[in-house]
Amino acid sequence: MSKQWFDVAHLLPGSVLVLSFFLLYQDRIEVVINVFARQSMALSLSVAWQALAQDAPHLIVIAVIALVVKSFLIPNELRRIHRWMQSHHQIEDVIGSGLIPTALHRIIRQIQSRDRIEEEIGSGQRMLMGLGLVALSILLVQPVGKVSTYVREDLIFALAVILLGLLMMITRRNVVTQAVGFMSLENGLILAAIGAIGMPLAVEISVAFSILIAFIVFVLRIRERFDTHDESALDRFRSERRDAL
Amino acid sequence: MIGIGSVEATLIVPAFAIPILALVSAPRLGATLNILACAMTLSAAVAMVFTERPRSDLIVIDDFNIFMIILTTFVGFTTSIFSATYLAHEMEIGRLTPVLLRFYHAMYQALMCAMNVVLVANNIGLMWVGVEVATLLAVIMVGMYRRPEAIEAAWKYFIVGSVGSGLAFFGTILVYLVAQDVVGEGLPAMSWDLLAKSAPMLDPKLLSLAFVFLLVGYSTKVGLAPFHAWLPDAHAGGPTAISAVQSGLLLNIALYVLLRFKMVLAGNEAAIDVGSIMVGLGLVSLVFAAFMLYRLRDIKRLFAYSSIEHMGIAAFAFGMGGPLANFAGLLHITMHAFMKSGIFFAVGHIVQVKGTQHIAAISGISVTHPVLAVLFTFGVIAIAGLPPFGMFTSEFMLISSTFAQQPVLGVVLVAGLLIAFGALILRLQDIVFGEPTGEAYPAQASYFPVYVHLTLVLIAGLWLPDPIVRWFRGVAASLG
Repeated sequence: MSKQWFDVAHLLPGSVLVLSFFLLYQDRIEVVINVFARQSMALSLSVAWQALAQDAPHLIVIAVIALVVKSFLIPNELRRIHRWMQSHHQIEDVIGSGLIPTALHRIIRQIQSRDRIEEEIGSGQRMLMGLGLVALSILLVQPVGKVSTYVREDLIFALAVILLGLLMMITRRNVVTQAVGFMSLENGLILAAIGAIGMPLAVEISVAFSILIAFIVFVLRIRERFDTHDESALDRFRSERRDAL
Repeated sequence: MIGIGSVEATLIVPAFAIPILALVSAPRLGATLNILACAMTLSAAVAMVFTERPRSDLIVIDDFNIFMIILTTFVGFTTSIFSATYLAHEMEIGRLTPVLLRFYHAMYQALMCAMNVVLVANNIGLMWVGVEVATLLAVIMVGMYRRPEAIEAAWKYFIVGSVGSGLAFFGTILVYLVAQDVVGEGLPAMSWDLLAKSAPMLDPKLLSLAFVFLLVGYSTKVGLAPFHAWLPDAHAGGPTAISAVQSGLLLNIALYVLLRFKMVLAGNEAAIDVGSIMVGLGLVSLVFAAFMLYRLRDIKRLFAYSSIEHMGIAAFAFGMGGPLANFAGLLHITMHAFMKSGIFFAVGHIVQVKGTQHIAAISGISVTHPVLAVLFTFGVIAIAGLPPFGMFTSEFMLISSTFAQQPVLGVVLVAGLLIAFGALILRLQDIVFGEPTGEAYPAQASYFPVYVHLTLVLIAGLWLPDPIVRWFRGVAASLG
């Protein structure tokens, strides 16, 4: 194993981890989605590098899936959903609160307050917790003998990304950031799967995960439709926006 | 092997039924075909007892999973009978459209197929995939009615369940890494039987770390106490037939996977003591759920918490280990699968005749629907652990073996059981004997599945046939 090989094999998962911290830190949802797209790109590069290094061409499939699905298709879809959610907030401004039925009004408040809950745990605290989790994953995996240095360190990166994804899901209440948290957790899982050299079914499982993620986005859509509860009040509004959904 | 063996049949029959049921548009024909497919799967499962047991890197058959498959396909079969009348009523009141019914039947067979995949799988990756697919299908079914609370429940189930499967997957990767060292790269390193055989040679540190992730991941699916948040909502939100499948089968399946890994770790002396962790989780679930039972106002949530309690008891039993406690655990999950699904059948009919899930609005069914009331009462008595039903036997065995090994834990166990018992009897009185309130529609249900389950639990409580006792003993010994 040459030194450059090792360095690049470190750099790429390392950047996935750094981007996880960005996810934890960012408050604006658009930025969170963008950062997630970058993270998936870094993951895709990392997998492709492993495909070359381990001489395992089937891993390229995982890299391509990560690139196409998770850094383009899914983020685009999430942006749409987010825009759609925001337009809920805007109805209030456009038509004026007096015209909106009280039930709808309350729900809009609810959605807005759900966005604001994020402030409950400040980003500084979140970063500190994240650092603690990285330290924890080092402490957990480092003492493990019997595996090569590369595998061990890849596992540390993977576990750290997984735990940061979990932290993101716990500390953020907005549905879109929760979904992004899960997807970044799943990026960590793929990182772990490629580190386990020669693991069978890795490609199949990565495909299964993509289906899972497509499913999340699907559920998010339904959920956002139903977050309004009062459907008739929104019919006019929705018929305008149906093309975007 | 020439032709299709009974093992393959348990997977192929439901898999073929999925597209057929998705295409059949006549509601009654769909329900009949659903029952038929379940009956065929059940007979294939029973045939497994008598046929040769195949073994490959993907499939393994032993006493443990034959028993689980028969249990699963049996409850799947009776639930399909229940859901035929239950869903016909739901269609009458307009909650279900014919398209949704087709979708339901296809999903039901897919769920059966996924659960059978988990049970016959030798590959730990395949087990994971099966659990994951089964969970996703259950999520879809919970959100099927598209009511806001159902969507909310499905989302919660989905998020918590996905985190659980993520952690379980990480654990699976770690197990592969450990095994790769001893067994060699590729498929054999993920085969459960090879893992169990080479357990003493595996690296204990990494194996223990792997188990922590597997435990947290699969405990989420079992619904053990700190990871149970999704369970009550998911039971309350979806169609009752699905609550029956969840409580009776899905929780068991996850526990089964956990036990498979426990069997591997039991072979390695330097690894962490899995038993004591499971004892802890089990007791916490039992006591927590027992207290929560007093606070519930929704009939389906009530029995969902009772499932947490019983899964806690089962986890406790398997954690204690030893021939007697394992026997009690096996008997308990069997009885719970029968009885809890039976209760959910009764609850499904109660909710339909009363038109509500709120306990406060359901009372006096003994006056309006005497047969239903009797069945429900017997069900609750059985689930609360009173003789002469089978759960009394399993709980009694567990208590006596616990007092022999760890008297202090025995006291906690008995206290938890008594607290839960009190709560269930209290609610039973309100529901069955109070003044009749609210509306009461006539019941148009077939009580046949409830009768069958009650009878089986009653027989098990009075007399366990000898071959079954021997079978359970063999499995209990293999569980360590």
